[in-house]
Amino acid sequence: MPVNYYIFLSIALFCIGIAGVLTRRNAIIIFMCIEIMLNAVNLMLVAFSKMHHLKNAAVDATAGSDGQIFVFFIMVVAAAEVSVGLAIIVMMYRNIHSVDVNFLNRLKH
Amino acid sequence: MNITQLLFWFLSVMALFSALMVITSKNPVYSVLWLIMVFFAISGHYFLLNAQFLAIVNIIVYAGAIMVLFLYVFMLIDVRKSSEPQKYRWIRLAGAVAGGCLLLVLVAALRNIDIKNQLAEVKTGNIGLIKNLGIELFTNYVVPFEISSILFLSAMVGAVMIGKKE
Repeated sequence: MPVNYYIFLSIALFCIGIAGVLTRRNAIIIFMCIEIMLNAVNLMLVAFSKMHHLKNAAVDATAGSDGQIFVFFIMVVAAAEVSVGLAIIVMMYRNIHSVDVNFLNRLKH
Repeated sequence: MNITQLLFWFLSVMALFSALMVITSKNPVYSVLWLIMVFFAISGHYFLLNAQFLAIVNIIVYAGAIMVLFLYVFMLIDVRKSSEPQKYRWIRLAGAVAGGCLLLVLVAALRNIDIKNQLAEVKTGNIGLIKNLGIELFTNYVVPFEISSILFLSAMVGAVMIGKKE
């Protein structure tokens, strides 16, 4: 499969995530759009690792496995980030009784 | 068009459509369910690229753990009260235009790159299997692996500290 198909698929998913972050005001949906963006980047990394493996398999039998390890660590960090972020959202709901990010404007006043 | 290409296009259309439904659904619970569809489509892509370990981890961690966490948060907060008012129509339009512009710029910039004719290896290659990744993870990357366990511990303590009522 040509690698530029994967590039364009990842770009499209990433831009959908960006558009979601910019258009939605619900903090949890903004979080989910961040997850979409992380997954787009992960998909691109895996595609590039397989491209690198196909090119350099004769030199190094494990060429390209660094990319997949990197994706694994991105998943680890994303899981930690989600647990802390959702705790922050629950605390925000407890304080201002809404998850709308437009009400988070106390620094403005 | 062989079965691999057919699967690629099917999974791509499924991922893009589900992602669009995530950001357009009115009800946040439906957004979570569509997001699970996105994760399954991306896991299918990993299977197609023979990255089996990442495909399984993606399903277990994202579709299993993280989405259950999201649904639990929806249980804790009132979803209907937090539905969005309609007064942000211009902001929405501006956000959609900005996302479309980013898409346009990235596609235009990457349309003629010189790796256009490179192939990503599909269905073959054993770097994505659990044996190879396990050897790699516990020899070359053992220090980052241990550091990530400390990160998890601190995230757990942080979530408990933030979430508890004082």
